[in-house]
Amino acid sequence: MSELSIRQAVVNYAERTALAGLTLNVSAGETVAVLGPSGCGKSTLLRAVAGLEPLTQGEIVLDGRDLAGVPTYRRQVGLMFSDHALFPHLNVAENVGFGLRMGKWSKPEIADRVTEMLSLVGLVDRADSVVTELSGGQAQRVALARTLAPQPAVVLLDEPMSSLDRALRRDLTETLAQSLDQAGATAVLVTHDRDEALRLGDRVAVMRDGSLVQVDTGAHLLAHPANEWVADFLSDSPNEKKS
Amino acid sequence: MDNRGAAIVGKTARLLVLAVPVGFLLLFFGFPVVNLLLTAFGQDEALVQIWAALGNARVGGVLWFTLWQAVCSTLLTLAIALPGCWVMARFRFRGRGVVSALAVVAFVMPTVVVATAISTVLADNGPLGWLLPPGADRGIGAILVAHVYFNLAVVLRVVSSYWAQLDPRPGEAAAVLGASPWRVWWSVTLPRLRPAILASAAIVFLFTFTSFGIVLLLGGPGQATIEVEIQRQVLFLFNVPAGAALSVLQIIFVLFILVLQTVLSRRLAAGDGVDARLRRPSRRADRISVVTFVFVSLLVFGGPPVSVLLRALESGGGWGIDNFTSLASQDGRTVLSVSPLTAVGNSLLYAAVATLIAVTVGGLMALAIARTKTSVWEGIWLLPLGVSAVTLGFGLLITFDEDPIAWRSSFFMVPIAQSLVAIPFVVRSLVPALRAISPHVLEAAATLGASPRRVLRHVQLPLAGRAALVAIGFSLAISLGEFGATLFVARGDRPTMPIAIYRLLGTPGETNQGQAMALAAILILLTGLFVLLTDRWRTAGERYV
Repeated sequence: MSELSIRQAVVNYAERTALAGLTLNVSAGETVAVLGPSGCGKSTLLRAVAGLEPLTQGEIVLDGRDLAGVPTYRRQVGLMFSDHALFPHLNVAENVGFGLRMGKWSKPEIADRVTEMLSLVGLVDRADSVVTELSGGQAQRVALARTLAPQPAVVLLDEPMSSLDRALRRDLTETLAQSLDQAGATAVLVTHDRDEALRLGDRVAVMRDGSLVQVDTGAHLLAHPANEWVADFLSDSPNEKKS
Repeated sequence: MDNRGAAIVGKTARLLVLAVPVGFLLLFFGFPVVNLLLTAFGQDEALVQIWAALGNARVGGVLWFTLWQAVCSTLLTLAIALPGCWVMARFRFRGRGVVSALAVVAFVMPTVVVATAISTVLADNGPLGWLLPPGADRGIGAILVAHVYFNLAVVLRVVSSYWAQLDPRPGEAAAVLGASPWRVWWSVTLPRLRPAILASAAIVFLFTFTSFGIVLLLGGPGQATIEVEIQRQVLFLFNVPAGAALSVLQIIFVLFILVLQTVLSRRLAAGDGVDARLRRPSRRADRISVVTFVFVSLLVFGGPPVSVLLRALESGGGWGIDNFTSLASQDGRTVLSVSPLTAVGNSLLYAAVATLIAVTVGGLMALAIARTKTSVWEGIWLLPLGVSAVTLGFGLLITFDEDPIAWRSSFFMVPIAQSLVAIPFVVRSLVPALRAISPHVLEAAATLGASPRRVLRHVQLPLAGRAALVAIGFSLAISLGEFGATLFVARGDRPTMPIAIYRLLGTPGETNQGQAMALAAILILLTGLFVLLTDRWRTAGERYV
C-alpha cells in the first residue's frame, strides 16, 4: 500500500488554469473521492498524477519519491478512463492481462491473476469475448479488472460510472467498492455524482476552479460544509452540478 | 494542436520519429528539386532563356496540348462515370464489390500496361478495330480513352461515396412539388454534388495534366505533354537547361492544381453525413440500370487487360505460351541487353526494397502526422505528389551525378525513386487509421506499464495493421508499375518490367511485340493480385471496425 502526496500542483493551459496550487494527501489504502462540477480540473488532477499532463509547478510524491521526470509507464499508477479505453483488438482476458504482460509476469501467473480479477468483477464466463461486443456495464467491469490486475501503487478512477445508466451505476458502485476494498488499494476517484463520492470515498475532496474547497469524511462534509457553495453543491441532485 | 496521447512519448523519441522521414525527404526530394531550380535559373540570362523556351513554337504547342487534353480527359471521365456513380450510390447489388475492385485495379495498373492494353483494343486487328478508322490505336483518341480508363475509379469512388451520404429529402421534396426526375437531377442533385464532382475533377485533371507513359506510348507526332517533352529534351536532345526550365514550369502548374484540389477536398468533408442506405433495385428501370452498369463496367475494366492476356497467348496464328517461354532467352533479336525475365526479377526486387523504404519513411511520417491536427505536416507529404514522377527522376539524375554522391547508377536509386512516388499513398492509408485510435487507449497502455516502443508494438501496430497491409499492397503495386521516375535512373542492364515493355514495344519485330505482351500480362497479374489482396484486407478491416 502506498501513500500519495500532491503538493501545490499547478497545471496551466494556454487559455486557462486547470489546477491552481492544489494540495492533497492520500494515505495508504485510503480512497479519496474528488467531487466537483464539470471543468473544475478533476480529470487534469488524475492525468497529472499519471504523468499524462506535465505540472507547471508543484510536485507529486509517491511513497516518498518525487515523480517529476518519471514517465507514465514507470509510475505504477493505474488509471481507469471514463470511456473505458479498452483495447479493441484484444479479448476480455487479454485486456485484463495487458498490464501483466508489460510487467513481465510469467504466463501461468498471468492466467491465474486474470481469472482472479475476472471473478472479482463477475466476468469469468466472458474471458474470450470480443470487447466491442460487451455492454457498457461489462466494459466498465473489464476496465476495472484491467486497472487493478497489475496491483498498481495508486488506482485513479476518472468518472468510472459516467457512461452508465442509473440502475447500472448503483450495481457497479457496489462492485467497485468491494473491489477496491479487497485490493486494499490507495485510490483517487473523481466524480460529479455526490452519492457515488459519499459511497466510495473514505474522504471526499470538494473541488472548484482547480482548487480543493474542503476535504473531509462524507458525514462531516454534510454536517459542516465549509461554505455556502459547498452546502449548495452537496444538496443538489446527483446530476450535473453548477460551478 | 491536440496533444492527448503525445505525453506518453518523450521529446527525444518524437524528434527521432521525425528525423528519419524529414532527412530522407530533404536528401532525396528537397535537394534534387532545389538542384533543378538552380539548373533552370543558374544559366546565363536564365529568365530570358526560359522565356525564349516558352515562346518557342514547339514548347507553346506542348503547353497547349497538355492543357486541352487534360481538360477533355477530365470532362469525358466525368461524363462517363457519373451515371455509374448514381448506381453505386443508390443500390446494393451482386457484383458491386467486383466492379469496385476492378476499378481500383485499373487505377493502379501501370501506365505502360494501360497504354499497351488500350492500343491492343483499338488496333486494326483488336476487338474494336472493326468499328474504328485505321490507326486509331495511336493519337489523341487513344490517349483520351486510356485516360478515361485510368481515372474512372477516382470519380466513381469520390462522387458515389459522397452521393450515398447526401440527404435524399430535398430531392423528394422537389419531386412532391412537381419536379420531373430530370429537373430534380439538374436543379437539386447536381448542385449538391458539386463539391464531389469538382474535387474528383481536380484529381483527374492533375493526373492527366502530368500524364507521361500514356502519352509517350500512344501519342502521335506533335502530341507531347510537358512530361514527355522534359524526357525528350533531357534523354534525347541532352538539353538539361531546357528540361529544367520545363520542370520548373510543371512544378508551378502542379502545385497550383494541388492547392486547388486541397481546397475542393475540404469542401468535400462538409457533406450531409447521412448514413448511406443502399437499397435493392426494385423497379424495372432500376434493375435495367444496374445490370447495364455491371455489364458495361466488366467490359470496360476487364476488356483491356483480358485483351493483353489474349495477345500474350497468341502464337504463330494459334494459341500457346511461346511469348512467355521466350522471356527467359536473350538471343539478340530483342532490344534489351538482358533477358526480359531478368526485368521481372529486377521489378520484384526493386518493388520490395521501395516498399520497405516507403512503409518505413511513410509510417514514421504518419505517426508524426497522426499526433497533430495541423495541416503543415500533411502538406509536406503531399509534396512528392506535387512534383511529377518525371521531374523527380530528372532531379535525381542530375543531383546524384557527382562525387561524393554519385549514386545515380547505384542499385538503390531506382527503389528510392519509386518509394518517393509511393510514400504519399502510404501516409494517406496510415494516418486515418492511426488517428482513429483513441488517445485514451494509448494512454491506458502507458499507465499499464507499456513503454512508447511497446505501445507502438502492442497497440498502434495491431490496430493500424490492416491499414499497413493496404499501404504495403499499394506501395508494391505502385513501385512495380512506376515508369516516369524509373526511366531516368534505371540502368540499361537492369531494366524494370515497365521499361522493358516500353523498349520492346518501341522496336519492331514479332518477338519484341510478343515479349512485351507477355511481360505486360505478368505485370497485370501481379498488380491485380496485390490490389485485390489489398482490397480484401481493406474491406475485412471495415468489417472489423
